[in-house]
Amino acid sequence: MRYLTDRKRAEGRGAAHTGTSHHWYMQVSGFGLALIVPTFLFIFGRALGSSHAEVLETFSRPVPAIIAGLVLLVGMQHFRKGAQTAIEDYTKKSTRKALIMFVTAFSYGLTATGLYALAKIAL
Amino acid sequence: MADANPGERPLSPHLSIYRPQLTSITSILTRITGLSLLLGAVLTVWWLLAAAISPDYYAVANGAITSMPGDLIMTLSLWALWYHYLAGLRHLYFDAGKGLDVATAEKLGWAVIIGSVVLTILTLFIV
Repeated sequence: MRYLTDRKRAEGRGAAHTGTSHHWYMQVSGFGLALIVPTFLFIFGRALGSSHAEVLETFSRPVPAIIAGLVLLVGMQHFRKGAQTAIEDYTKKSTRKALIMFVTAFSYGLTATGLYALAKIAL
Repeated sequence: MADANPGERPLSPHLSIYRPQLTSITSILTRITGLSLLLGAVLTVWWLLAAAISPDYYAVANGAITSMPGDLIMTLSLWALWYHYLAGLRHLYFDAGKGLDVATAEKLGWAVIIGSVVLTILTLFIV
């Protein structure tokens, strides 16, 4: 029997062992996305289905390019951490670790691909 | 915990003993829509990459995304996005310690469901 108080046992724990920082990140990124996603939907929705020249014209302008880049970057980080929470809720041990690694790698990969495309069009 | 048994404790949520309610279903849908949005994100990035690479490749990606199945996926993704958007705002409100009594929580649940459909239709008309 180790003489630990309940508080000492709980400190710094929680499902992910990182306290509330994960949840706080979701709140902050969620708020940020709420600000820019409607504008992105408008820009992307207008561009979707239009001609190749029109798409290049749209995303070579600063505001559409910046908004699209931000939505992609923040959105994929928000996804990565949200998916991680879901994985931590339903899986254990090695499966949990493998899935978190996969989601993390995939999220960064998709972000890099999208940013490359945006940079190529905009610059 | 330091000296607690870490082995066979149940994982949350305990769905097998949980009676479905509007509040729990709207909460679970938040997770499902959030995870499903990956598909819309992948298609969008693919479309953007195709546009960056060549007019021919753009024609392929744009054709696929605006085809019947593509349209269906993008429209469902749009609804998922608005649902996740409103449900996320509701979570921020809950996290502030507000709207947690049953009557208000149920009203907010309906607001999220109806609001997401209305915003999806509005977006389809405006954009």
